[in-house]
Amino acid sequence: MTLRDFIDKLLGRQPASAGMARERLQLVLAHDRSDLNPELLEQMRREILEVVSRYVEIDLEEGDVSLETEDRVTALVANLPIKRARPNPPPPGADPSMATV
Amino acid sequence: MTSAQNRTILICSGKGGVGKTTLTANLGIALAKQGARTAVLDADFGLRNLDLLLGLENRIVYTAQEVLSGSCRLEQALVKHKQEPNLSLLPAGNPRMLEWLTPDDMKKIAGLLAEQFDYVLIDCPAGIEDGFKNAAAACREAIVVTTPEVSAVRDADRVIGLLQTREIQPIQLVLNRVRPRMMANQEMLSVSDVTDILALPLLGLVLEDDQVIISTNRGEPLTLNGSRSPAAQAYTNVARRLRGEEVPLADPTKEGQGLRAKLGRLMHTKIF
Repeated sequence: MTLRDFIDKLLGRQPASAGMARERLQLVLAHDRSDLNPELLEQMRREILEVVSRYVEIDLEEGDVSLETEDRVTALVANLPIKRARPNPPPPGADPSMATV
Repeated sequence: MTSAQNRTILICSGKGGVGKTTLTANLGIALAKQGARTAVLDADFGLRNLDLLLGLENRIVYTAQEVLSGSCRLEQALVKHKQEPNLSLLPAGNPRMLEWLTPDDMKKIAGLLAEQFDYVLIDCPAGIEDGFKNAAAACREAIVVTTPEVSAVRDADRVIGLLQTREIQPIQLVLNRVRPRMMANQEMLSVSDVTDILALPLLGLVLEDDQVIISTNRGEPLTLNGSRSPAAQAYTNVARRLRGEEVPLADPTKEGQGLRAKLGRLMHTKIF
């Protein structure tokens, strides 16, 4: 936060718009560059959560899978807080579809 | 035979109205004044305007169309600038050229120009459709023009992605219509915001300048008559950097040493 943002907040004024422009651009460019539509992204997010939760119990409320972009490279960033390990994770090489979810 | 160090450069932006044609005209004149044999090619066949900005609209006899069809020689179609004979314009043909023009046609025209000129600047149409693809096929390097606005930056990003998949290199950025006061007040994307997001080296920074419109009205690019206006100097500096000269880029928000400028800097110091 800059001094300007702080004073704006104090006076209840709208914050300077350049920061908003930057944030909105970064978000829209992450999607433009990956060429993934929101539906596919949502499907991928669900499947990632499904796989991870076979091994560990994750906090679905806090979990977040999103696209971020820096230096023209788009990254899929998953932030999944782990509550606890599963007492009986699937053994290595087991058929994933047999795992208990 | 190709001119020893010919550089064929695409001037593009994605979005319309950000200053491609103005840059092409001013950069063309500036390069020519610095002694480089320069050709500018209007690849915006649908909505041509480069002739108008250069003040050459009344001197067009033949166009790229007649050169391609073989009904005239390149020399007959080139319009040489009277005050700056190092600069020639190859005018765009009829808008109906869009129906049949192919990337190979553009390569052929650019190849002919490359034989005679040190620099060939291709003024690309807006958009990312066929007009852009045809023009891009003829170029080895590119200058992307954008303004510090979300829509222009987003469109520039699309174009940069397409240029990179075509292995066009180097791609350099010209940031146009910069308003230092708005930038200092953080009501406009900063220079580093735009260069960070697009991840391109900055070739030039052009301030918003009334003189640009005035020079357009007259059909005399700002760089032609040694104007001292900020935009004229910026365009001249773009030409010098393009030719390999080291010309420092000034931060538009840090120009002033007065109280106002100092206060402005204090206001966007990060406090936490």
